[in-house]
Amino acid sequence: MKLLTFKGGVHPKYRKELAKDSPIKRIEPPEFIYLPLTQHTGIPSKPIIEKKDEVEVGMKIAESNGKLSVPLHSSVAGVYMGLVNWPHPLGGRKEAMKIKLDPQRTFEWKEEERDVDLFSEDQIIEIVKEAGIVGMGGAAFPTYFKMKVPPDKKIKDLIINGAECEPYLTADHRLILERAEDILKGVEILKRVLNPERVWIAIEDNKMDAIDKIKEFSSSYPWANITIHETKYPQGSEKQLIQSITGKEVPEGGLPFDVGAYVQNVGTVIAIYEAVCYSKPLYERVVTVTGPVRDPSNFLVPIGTPFEYLIEASGGVFGGTMQIINGGPMMGIAQIYPEVPVIKGTTGILVQNEKETLEREISPCIRCASCVDVCPMYLMPTEIYKFIELEDFEKAKELGVLSCMECGGCGYVCPSYIPLPQHFKYAKAEIMKEKK
Amino acid sequence: MLQLSPAPHITSPKNIKKIMYGVVGALIPVLIGSVYFFGWRALFLCSLSVLSAIFTEWIFQRVTNRDIRCLDGSAIITGILVAFNIPVNSPWWLPVVGSFFAVFIVKQLFGGLGYNIFNPALAGRAFLVASWPSLMTGNWTPPINGTLSGIPVLDGMTQATPLSLLIMKPNLNVIQLLNSPTMIKTLFIGNTGGCIGETSALLLLIGASFLFIMGYADWRISLSYIGSIFVITGIFYFLGVTPVNPVFHIFSGGVMLGGLFMATDMVTSPVTLKGRWIFGICGGVLCVILRLWAGYPEGVSYSILIMNMFVPLLDRLQVRIFGR
Repeated sequence: MKLLTFKGGVHPKYRKELAKDSPIKRIEPPEFIYLPLTQHTGIPSKPIIEKKDEVEVGMKIAESNGKLSVPLHSSVAGVYMGLVNWPHPLGGRKEAMKIKLDPQRTFEWKEEERDVDLFSEDQIIEIVKEAGIVGMGGAAFPTYFKMKVPPDKKIKDLIINGAECEPYLTADHRLILERAEDILKGVEILKRVLNPERVWIAIEDNKMDAIDKIKEFSSSYPWANITIHETKYPQGSEKQLIQSITGKEVPEGGLPFDVGAYVQNVGTVIAIYEAVCYSKPLYERVVTVTGPVRDPSNFLVPIGTPFEYLIEASGGVFGGTMQIINGGPMMGIAQIYPEVPVIKGTTGILVQNEKETLEREISPCIRCASCVDVCPMYLMPTEIYKFIELEDFEKAKELGVLSCMECGGCGYVCPSYIPLPQHFKYAKAEIMKEKK
Repeated sequence: MLQLSPAPHITSPKNIKKIMYGVVGALIPVLIGSVYFFGWRALFLCSLSVLSAIFTEWIFQRVTNRDIRCLDGSAIITGILVAFNIPVNSPWWLPVVGSFFAVFIVKQLFGGLGYNIFNPALAGRAFLVASWPSLMTGNWTPPINGTLSGIPVLDGMTQATPLSLLIMKPNLNVIQLLNSPTMIKTLFIGNTGGCIGETSALLLLIGASFLFIMGYADWRISLSYIGSIFVITGIFYFLGVTPVNPVFHIFSGGVMLGGLFMATDMVTSPVTLKGRWIFGICGGVLCVILRLWAGYPEGVSYSILIMNMFVPLLDRLQVRIFGR
């Protein structure tokens, strides 16, 4: 069978074997939970409870606060301790709701199954919004907003993203293996709202067992087409996935629906299924904890659980902790504080010990053009980087820096260890500042 | 204490040192060959050249208060390539001066590693040719293990290179010799007169194959450069413009050394694939023009140096951005 793929990209060591055979395990909640008000792209949620209030699992504790915003739900039963200024996995400190666990009131979500056919499309979107669902592949874009496709745009290809191209991470892989049917039921809901012509379930060829698992259900869900993709980073990037399957390029500055495509991560699809069929809000998620820990694991974690708690739960680090990363090695963000909490967009926690942490002595660019060869957006990172060094953001923009998605491919191949994605992040922020 | 490094947190195994020392390694078979063909003096001149290049870089970085990185491998490459571009019976100071010029003027004054416009070794060679033309172009020794009989000996010591015979208005006998299979074989193996490192097409190809496989050089540049020379001289041979066949053209002189090791220098070649094809093809065209109609027998170094100048322009041939 021919593997689908895109142009550019890199082949890092995937190291998926560390955690891929570890079944999803529900973790006992820690004593304190920290729920940042900013867990999604857009406006922070607004708290609706008072200090000392009792909270239940799944109880709405903060509401949507504007056009692009979602509510927030407690992930444990306990007492609300008030707003604290707490470390945020995307950097800095941000306001977070602190909740003290009541260990007596352990809990598992049990609601009657609801019939999806009872709801209209708009009602489904409203349920998704009220459940606080955001893109769980890392981007954390509010899902209800994405589902509201403009009426003049027709969705032809609905793509379910199970590529999980980021090295080390195995959460989506486990989800497909353990909850394939739930995913397909979730896709059925999305199908109803979006009414696509075709449905694709995209998985990389390093997860053949996941592909087989989906195939097992093909008789009950005949509309589900499985696409097998080359294991190449960043295969799971929205634009690259659309290109791999449909051959179409999302226009510069455009969105997937401009080419009739809609991409949703498998984790998000399960969250939609649980919200619509079991009225369960998004308060827990699967997080891969991996790297040089004794038991690399895939945990079902209450959102707001501190990273250090999860690292301990996976047996602790050998070789001396040097770096704790929110996400995978290609795009993940190194953390200053180990007490930083899991948020809705936390796909994994990668630990690096002394041996693995890179000693990088930056050298001048020798124009080897490796970055040009691998850029999946066809940019010339080396040229753009030089203009950014000269603070010429106008030129950087002309050369397409705004198309950069910071996948890290250029930084990975650079033999001079130049932190190219950092430069592009900086330039994009500067260009956006000027716009305002 | 937690460390904070920017993403990505893993890197590919390729780094500057590996690339640079990889190129040095690829040049070693050629160096061994040159000792076999021309004797220990080839190694002696090469060592002097390398020492001069490293020392010049070290002094410059020391005096200008820069990071000392004279052992990153790039100066060693420049040193070896300068020595490869001079005749074996040159005086000892010739490679020393050549490497000094290459590293000080051509590389460091333009900003050091990564910022030079011209290939340092080639510009160093051009400087030596302009300054001491007799030492650089009329000073050939036959290989110590003998070469083809029939190549005229000019005086007691020196002998013409196969390529230099071409602009001496050769008679029919000589042309026949140049077109003979034995000649081609000689040029391929390398037991012929010429600069220290340019004579053996075989050893140069072995070294370059290693670079291509490792991704330390782009085969497209070499293929388009050498390929276009082959095609154009082939057409000209057919039309009677040049008396010798295209195989002779690509195996003689510096085409192999230049096309495999100098044109592919990452710093001074374009970054896009399209740019590289154009760079190679135009370089090949220029080389043929210079060879057939200019005063020197050789056209390789100037063709590449001229194309070096066009690299910033070729880099503007941007590939289409995704979705634009």
